[in-house]
Order: sequence, then structure tokens, then C-alpha cells
Amino acid sequence: MAQIFKPSMNTVSKVSIVALLLTAGGVGAALWAINKSPFVARTRIPFDQAVPFSHKHHVAGLGVDCRYCHNTVERSASAGMPATETCMSCHSMVWTNAPMLEPVRQSWATGKSLEWNRVHDLPGFVYFNHSIHVNKGMGCSECHGRVDQMPLMYQQNTLYMEWCLECHRNPEMRVRPKDKVFDMTYQHPADQKELGAKLVAEYKIQKFTDCYTCHR
Amino acid sequence: MDKLDTRSGALVAQGPAAVMGPGHNYATITDKIAAVPLKWGFPRFWIVGFVIAVAIVQLLAGSVTMLFAKGTGIWGINIPVGWGFAIINFVWWIGIGHAGTLISAILLLLKQQWRMSISRFAESMTLFAVMCALMFPVLHTGRPWLAAYWLLPYPNTMGIWPQPRSPLAWDVFAVSTYGTISAVFWYIGLIPDLATMRDQAKSKWAQTIYGMLALGWRGSARHWVHYEIASILLAGMSTPLVLSVHTVVSFDFATGLIPGWHATIFPPYFVAGAIYSGFAMVLTLAIPMRALYNMKDFITDWHLENMAKVMLATGLIVFYGYCMEAFMAWYSGNVWEMFMFKNRAFGPMGWSYWALILCNVAIPQLLWLKSARTNTIVLFFISIVINIGMWLERFVIVVTSLYRDFIPSSWGTYMPTRYDWGTYIGTIGVFLMMMLLFVRALPAMPMFELRLIMPKKGAKH
Repeated sequence: MAQIFKPSMNTVSKVSIVALLLTAGGVGAALWAINKSPFVARTRIPFDQAVPFSHKHHVAGLGVDCRYCHNTVERSASAGMPATETCMSCHSMVWTNAPMLEPVRQSWATGKSLEWNRVHDLPGFVYFNHSIHVNKGMGCSECHGRVDQMPLMYQQNTLYMEWCLECHRNPEMRVRPKDKVFDMTYQHPADQKELGAKLVAEYKIQKFTDCYTCHR
Repeated sequence: MDKLDTRSGALVAQGPAAVMGPGHNYATITDKIAAVPLKWGFPRFWIVGFVIAVAIVQLLAGSVTMLFAKGTGIWGINIPVGWGFAIINFVWWIGIGHAGTLISAILLLLKQQWRMSISRFAESMTLFAVMCALMFPVLHTGRPWLAAYWLLPYPNTMGIWPQPRSPLAWDVFAVSTYGTISAVFWYIGLIPDLATMRDQAKSKWAQTIYGMLALGWRGSARHWVHYEIASILLAGMSTPLVLSVHTVVSFDFATGLIPGWHATIFPPYFVAGAIYSGFAMVLTLAIPMRALYNMKDFITDWHLENMAKVMLATGLIVFYGYCMEAFMAWYSGNVWEMFMFKNRAFGPMGWSYWALILCNVAIPQLLWLKSARTNTIVLFFISIVINIGMWLERFVIVVTSLYRDFIPSSWGTYMPTRYDWGTYIGTIGVFLMMMLLFVRALPAMPMFELRLIMPKKGAKH
């Protein structure tokens, strides 16, 4: 009777076992890499907007305070998006004929709001409150990055849950004095650990890591 | 014929207590068992059974489709009975699987010869029962595509892991370990027989498929040495699992503070119950199979009687568990425990408790009689009754502990919906379908082991 398998099947079977393991490992690693990639997390991707608003120009160049536009950040869950009137408080006097600002003038004339694309879009099942964070010494730049360096707004951090938890588990590594919250150029000192521990005690910051802190 | 000389030492069997019918030699054993899968076409009873099984599977498909579309609201669960059919059926199926592990691991280490002819069958049953069981933890989430991250620890972007203090997370590990070891054990045990099938097969396709699965087994002395080491090691690894899996399953209840769950008797009582139901299921399947495939020479009345004895012993342990539950309700002096027990036995759902006692305690006492143990019809009937009884046991534990809790204002009741029944009965269809496919495609009994325990006088090799 003829043999069912050729001798080469020995090699084929051994190689296929190794190949199977490598493939399984490779697929796992690829999924991990994709999940962590800027493509999935939407980080460092500038968004198209109704008006190409430059935070760099307004914050670093002109020295406008964050709260001039995001005026509810200290007292409400939402930081607030500026009304067209806020834009026009300056732009009715400067760059009044700039073509780039035509949509703003249109909005002013018709009363129809500008439609911005949301850059930092938390899922609907996450409860987030800006006011508690800025009132307890969390600087804007901790989450939003160096907005004063961004000509077009993009997302600096992943907003993944592990990223939230990293700070919720160790707030002393991120907290800063309250008067530095809106300071874009603030650098954590070398003794952040000691300073952080002091501020955590002073501001009565609690390590909220229960599910219901954010998922209500 | 009385004295059986085997590799594992002499075993003296008396009279009808034979491991095999008379007149078999190496060739007849192989021919008879290998012929079943190799024969072209399908026997009529197989087709009928398969059609019925697949029809039942459609119930599962329909129920699950509705579940995915609408969520777990279509089931009968609600507060106060938040755990219903899903956990009842999960525990029931996992328990059924235990016979396979007991037979293949503990009885192997104890060198019990009667395990051999039923071992492959029981191991396959274990695998399929674990498959059915695993459907419920996945389905009960209502969104199985999310179940992976709720149940399994894997590197994720959430910065969290499943709660290691929860017995439900222990369950995932206990059952997946159990499933893996059972599958490996089952496959390793198949290899020498797959090689026999490869050599017996006539068609090129069958030769190739069985040949691939046999992993190049040639039956050399070195192969056998490795095989023996592997099977003893796997038996050693599986033995603690027989005890640990259902212990962990019982922790789902025992670590909770609900009266009727919070009891130290639970682990041993669950393990005994699991083996009880497992052997009942082996009998339920083996009795018709040996008749239909004319395998009475290999699964003899002696095998059936031994399984009946195991059922009697484990059934009595389970009965002891019921007694202890009642005793502790009184002895603890805890009003909630006492109320729970009275409500369980005499409350509006008391029927389920007494049906359980009838099925699991009263009727199986027939097994004391040798005439009942050796009567196939009676044994088949008792095995079905025990299957029902063990399902009722989980129903009683889950539902009657929950539906009337501490505050009368929160009392309620539990009524399974047609989707609950459809899912449950559907998994029985899956189980039957898998068993039928197994007996069609693979040798249902370990030929190489049967050759070893063959009565010496009959050998003409």
C-alpha cells in the first residue's frame, strides 16, 4: 500500500504549528497596536472646522485667557463654547473684512450658530465635570495639552479609561497650585511628589475610582 | 474467563461481572468499533436523531436571535429573582460534564478497568456539556460581543481587570481550565485510535483526515512510553479539577449572603451532585447507544451496574446535603435561614422542592436493588429522573432562595418565558447533535484500551 503522506509532511506539519502560533501572536499584537494607534484614539489629528480657529494665535500670540471664551469652565460640567457675539467682541473691530472670518459674520448677521466639530468627544456613558477638576487644581493642559502650541485644535490624549484612571489613582502626580490652572506654560516641579501630596491634602482631593464616579 | 490478566495487575471478575462479552479477539474489537464511523452512509436511527437534534437547535437559534435583538428583558428574570435559567442551566451542564473527568482521570489513577469502554464516550460528553454550559455565561450578558471583555482578563485600554474578588471571575478560570484540560485529554486519548482508523480506512479522504489527526502515530514503543507519561500527567492534572470546578461554581452562591446560598456544605454537595448528574447522563446516552450500535459486548451490564452504584453513592451524599441545609436552618437559630427553608419547602414554590426530593432522593433508592441496577429499562428511567432532579436542584437553589428575601415588600416570583425554555431546550439539541456527530465520525470507545483488557482466553493474536 502506498504511503498516505510524503516524507515532506513532517516538515510541513512542524512549520505549520510554529506558523500558527506566530500568526496568533501576530494578530494579537496587531490588534493591540491598532487599538493604541492615533487612528483609533483620534489623537494628533487636526479637525476641519467652520472657521480655522488657531488657539496658538489667540492664546500664545495675543494672551487671551481660556475663560474668555470657555466661560463656564469654573462653574459647570461643560467648559462652554463661545457664542458668535464673543468672537465679534473683537472681530467687529479687527480683521473686519478678513475672508477667513466670513462664516462668523454670517452667523452674526443671521443669528445661526457656528457649527464646530467636537474634538474632545467623551462617550455618552461617561459623566465628566470640568468645574470640579479646575477647582481642585487640575490644569487645562493636563488633559488638553499645550493648546497654545496648536494652530488647529487636535486631541492630545487618548481619553481612554486607562488614561483617566492613571490620574484618578495618583492625583498627586498631576495636581498643581490653583493659581496655575490656566497657565499653559506651567511645568511640574522636580519635587512634584511632595508638592502634590501637600496639595492633595490641602484641596481635599479624593481618589475616586468607583465605577459610579463616572458611569452614573 | 473469570480471571482477567492486564497490564495494571490482575483483576478477578466473577461470573457475569465481565468487562467484555465472550469471543472477542484483537481483530473483532477493532473491526466492530472502527466499522461504525468508517461505514459509508448513515443508519436510519442516526438520521432521525440528527434531524430531531437539528430541529431542536433551531429553537436555540430563534431564542438567541430574539435575545440579541431585544436583550435579556425577554427572559423571566427580574428583581428579586435576578438569576434565573442562565445560571441554572450553566451549573446543570457543568455538572453533567463531571462524569467524563471522573472516569478519565480518577478512575484511571485508581486503575478501574470498567472505566475503559465508557471513557471516550463520557469524555466527549464532558466536552459537549462544557460547550453548552459556556453558552450561558456568554448569553446572559445579552451582548455576547462585549462578554469577552467582561469575562476575560486581557490587555485593554480601560486600565481595569475583571474583579478578582468575585467568584464569577473565578468561574471563568475554573471552567476554561477544565474545558482546556478535558479537550487535551480527550484528543491525546484519541490519537492511537485515530491511527487505527487511518489504517482501517479505505477511502483516500478518510485516510488523509484521520492520518492528519493521528499526528504521525506509528505505535512504536517510544510513542507508547510518551503516551503513557502524557496520560498519567493529564490524569494527575485533571483529578483536582473534578473537585475544584464545581467547588468554584458553588462559590458563586456560597460566598453570597443570601439565606439558602450562604452555606459551607455547598462545595462538597455540589461536587457530589455534579458526579451524580454526570453519571446519570452517561447512562441516558450509553443505554440507547449500546442497543442501537449493538455494543453490548463492550458496554456490558456490569458497566451499567457500576455506574448505578456510583450514582447511588453520590445521590446519598446529595441527600445528606439536603438534610444539612434543613438542619442548619434550624440549628443556626437564624430566623432568615429558617424562614427561607420553610418557604422553600412549603411556600408557593414548594412543589419544586418536593419534586426535587422525589427525583433525586426517593426514586433513586431503587438502585439499592440489584434487580433494578441490572434492568436496563429501569436504569434508563432512573437516569432520566436524576437528570431532571439535578436540574430541579439548581432551580430550587437559585429561585427559592431569591424570590422572598428579607423585606416582604420586595417579594416577587419567577416565571420563565418561552425564550428561557427555548434557550435551555436548544442547548440540549446542541448536545445531542454533537454526540451524534461524534459517534458518526470517531471511534466511540478506546479500541487500544479494550484490546488490553480483552479476556486472555479469547485472544488469537
